Amino acid sequence: MFGSRSKAPADNRPTASAADTPAGKAGFFSRLRARLNRGDSWLTRDIAELLPGRQIDAEVLEELETRMLTADVGVEATEEILGKLRDQVARKELKDFDALLAALKSAMLAILSPCQQPLTVASTGKPFVVLVVGVNGSGKTTTIGKLARRFKDQNLKVMLAAGDTFRAAAIEQLQVWGRRNAVPVIAQHSGADPAAVSFDAMEAAKARGIDVLLADTAGRLQNQAHLMEELKKVKRTLQRLDPQAPHEVLLVLDAGLGQNAVAQAVQFNDAVGVTGLVLTKLDGTAKGGTVLAIAQRLGLPIRFIGIGEQAEDFDEFDAQAFVEALVSGPA
Amino acid sequence: MFDQLSQRLTGALDALRGRGRITEENISGALRQVRMALLEADVALQVVKIFIEAVKARALGAEVSRSLTPGQAFIKIVHDELVSVMGGQENEDGQKPEPGLNLRTPAPLVILLAGLQGAGKTTTAAKLTRWLIGQGKKRVLLASADVHRPAAILQLERLAEQVGAAFCKPWAEGAPLPKAEDIAAAALEQARKSLFDVLIVDTAGRLHVDAEMMEEIKRIDQVLQPRERLFVVDSMAGQDAVNAARAFSEALALTGAILTKADGDARGGAALSVRQVTGKPILFMGTGEKVAALELFHPERIASRILGMGDVLSLVEEVEQQIDQDQAQKLARKLGKGKGFNFTDLREQLTQVQRMGGISAMLEKLPSQLKGAAAAAPGQFDERQIKRQIAAIDSMTPRERRRPNLIDGSRKRRIAAGSGVQVQEINRLLKQQLQMQKAMKKFSKGGLNRLMRGMGGRRPPL
Repeated sequence: MFGSRSKAPADNRPTASAADTPAGKAGFFSRLRARLNRGDSWLTRDIAELLPGRQIDAEVLEELETRMLTADVGVEATEEILGKLRDQVARKELKDFDALLAALKSAMLAILSPCQQPLTVASTGKPFVVLVVGVNGSGKTTTIGKLARRFKDQNLKVMLAAGDTFRAAAIEQLQVWGRRNAVPVIAQHSGADPAAVSFDAMEAAKARGIDVLLADTAGRLQNQAHLMEELKKVKRTLQRLDPQAPHEVLLVLDAGLGQNAVAQAVQFNDAVGVTGLVLTKLDGTAKGGTVLAIAQRLGLPIRFIGIGEQAEDFDEFDAQAFVEALVSGPA
Repeated sequence: MFDQLSQRLTGALDALRGRGRITEENISGALRQVRMALLEADVALQVVKIFIEAVKARALGAEVSRSLTPGQAFIKIVHDELVSVMGGQENEDGQKPEPGLNLRTPAPLVILLAGLQGAGKTTTAAKLTRWLIGQGKKRVLLASADVHRPAAILQLERLAEQVGAAFCKPWAEGAPLPKAEDIAAAALEQARKSLFDVLIVDTAGRLHVDAEMMEEIKRIDQVLQPRERLFVVDSMAGQDAVNAARAFSEALALTGAILTKADGDARGGAALSVRQVTGKPILFMGTGEKVAALELFHPERIASRILGMGDVLSLVEEVEQQIDQDQAQKLARKLGKGKGFNFTDLREQLTQVQRMGGISAMLEKLPSQLKGAAAAAPGQFDERQIKRQIAAIDSMTPRERRRPNLIDGSRKRRIAAGSGVQVQEINRLLKQQLQMQKAMKKFSKGGLNRLMRGMGGRRPPL
C-alpha cells in the first residue's frame, strides 16, 4: 500500500539493530552530535572566539543565558544552571573558558543524569504493557513503529493496539507499521471506545503469549479535561486484566515544542502517571532543551530519543552524550 | 507558570506606580519582565529583542504623557505593540487588513499547505475546506501530496468525505504511488477541467533542514503556482519555530500562516515569531479537534495570552460554543411562558458546566488576579459534587424531574439510595432548584432573553 514507497524505515534496513553494537552506539552519538547541531547553533558556538583572552564575566554568562533560552531550556531551568555558574565565578573557580564549559556540562548533567534510566521489559507478568500518550502530532504512532522493531529485534513477541480511534486513518497508519515489522495489530472500527480496544488487545495479548503490548492513543491536548478522563479510563480498563498494567506510560514529546512541553509533562503525569519520556524530532534545528526544564521539575526518566527517520536513528537516552552534543557542537 | 509570570509583570509595574512618567531607568525592570514573559511564551529570542526595542521607543515617547498611570500606560503599550506586530495594525489606507483569505480571485483558487511534521497540516486542510464551503466556495478539490507518512493520503481522503469535498486520487488502487509533484499536477488539471472553485494541496511534513524534502516542495510549488502558500505552525512550537518559518519562507514565498492547536494552554509565542520573520499575516487558528474548529486569527487574543493576561475572550467564546444555542433558547421560551425551572433544566446546566471541562478549566482562563478570588469561592463549584447532583437527578422519575414539588420524604430517601448520596444532599439539590427557579423568574419577561443573547449568538466586538 502507501507504505511501500515511504522513505521511513521500511526499506533496506539491516536485519539486526545497528544501534546495539558498540560501533553502532558510537555512530549514534556522532549522528546525534551532527543532527542536534544543524544550522550551526550549538550552545557555546563562537563564545570562546567572541571573547578571546577574557575573564569569565557577567557578559559571557549573559550570552550563555541567551543561548540556553534559545534552546528552549526555559527561564527557570536556565536560572538554576546559571546560578550555579555565577556562584563558581564569584568564588573564582572558573579561570578560563574551558573551565566554564566543564562547569556548564556538569550542571546540566546533574539535572539529566538521574533521568537516564533505560526501559527494561520485565519478564514477569506478560504482557508488558506500554501505553503511549502525548499531544497531537508529537509522533506517537511513529514512535510505536520504531519501538515495535526494537523489541522485535530483542526477540520479544510484540503486539500493537490501535487506540487512536478518533483521527481519520490513524488505525491504518498503525497497521502499516504492524505490517512493516510483521507484528499483529488489534484494531476496532474508527470511533470505537479506546478503552474497549485496549481491553481487547490485552485479552488477545494474554491469549497469544505476547511479551510486549504497545498501546497507541489519540493525540490530546493536556488541558482538555474530557480527553484526559478518557485516557484515565483506558488505564483503568487495562488494570482490570492486570493490576500492574500499564507497566510503562510513555509520554512522547516533540523536541520542537516550547515551554508548553513542561505543562504537558505535569498534566499527563497527574492524569495517568507518566513513567518515561520519549523525545522526538531532534534532527531539526530544535534543541529539545525542554527536557532540562522537565527533568529539573519532575525528574521523569527519559527513555528514548529520536534523531531521524531511520530505525537506527532511535536509541536510548544518554545524558552524557546529549549534554556533549548540546554544549560542544558536532565532534 | 502562567500565574507566576503575570504576577511578576505586575510586580515590576508596581514600581512604576506613583511615578509621574516613564523614564529609561524606571522602565528597565518592567522591560526585563516583559522579556522573560515573552521568552516563557516561546517567542524567539531575536524577535523578543526587536520587540523590546519597539516597546521602549513607544514608551519613552510622547504617547504616554496623557496616561492615567505609567503602569497602566505601559501594559497598554506592550499589548498594543504585540497586537500591531501580529497583524492588527492599519495599512496605508487606514484600514485593518481583513483576516482570512482573499476569495475574490479567478477559479480555481490554489492553496498549498506546508510545515513541519505534526504541525497539523492535514487536519487544517479539512478545516479550511469546511470554512471555504461556508463562504460559498462550494466546489473544493482536496489532494494529498504526502507520499511519505503511512496512511496520510487515506486520512485526507476520509476527511474530504467528512467535509463534503472532492478528493483527487490520480492513480489506480494498489498501483505504486506517483511522485508528490505528479499528484499536484494531476490535481491542478482536474481542478481546472472540472471547474472547481478551490484546490487545496496538502504536503508531507518536512524539516526545514532536509534539503531533499525542501527541493520536493519547491517542485510542487513550481507545478501548482499557487495563489496561497500557507505555513502551518503549531502554537506550542518553541524557539526553533523562527528558523523553520524563515527557511520555509525563503523556499516558498509564503503568503500567510495558520496557527494550530490554539485550544491548548500554550501561550502561543510562536505566532509572534512567525509573523515577524515571514512578514506575512496569520490568517486562521485551529481551535479544536473537530473540523468546524477553525477561526479567523485574532491578534488581540493571542497578545493577551502571550502576556499572561488571561484569555477572557476565549472563555466567552468557549461558553458560547459549548452552550447549546437551541437548548438555551428552548429554556428561554419556556421561562418566558411562565413555566418553572425544573430538574431537567438543572441537569442540562450542570452537564454544560461539565462539558466545559468543569469549573477549574474555566478558572484557568481567567487572569491571575481574578483566579485567586474565584478559586476561594464556596465549594458549590466542586466538580465531584456536580457529578453527584447529576446522579441524583438521574435517579428521579421523569415526573419528579418535571414537578419537583412531588418529591416528599419517601421519594427523597429513594432518590438518595438510588444515587448513593445522603438525604441532606437531595434537600440541598431541591433548595438549589428552588433558588434557580426564583432567579429565573426575575429574568423572564424579556430579561432572560437579553441575558441569553448576551451570552450567546453575538461575538464580542473586536
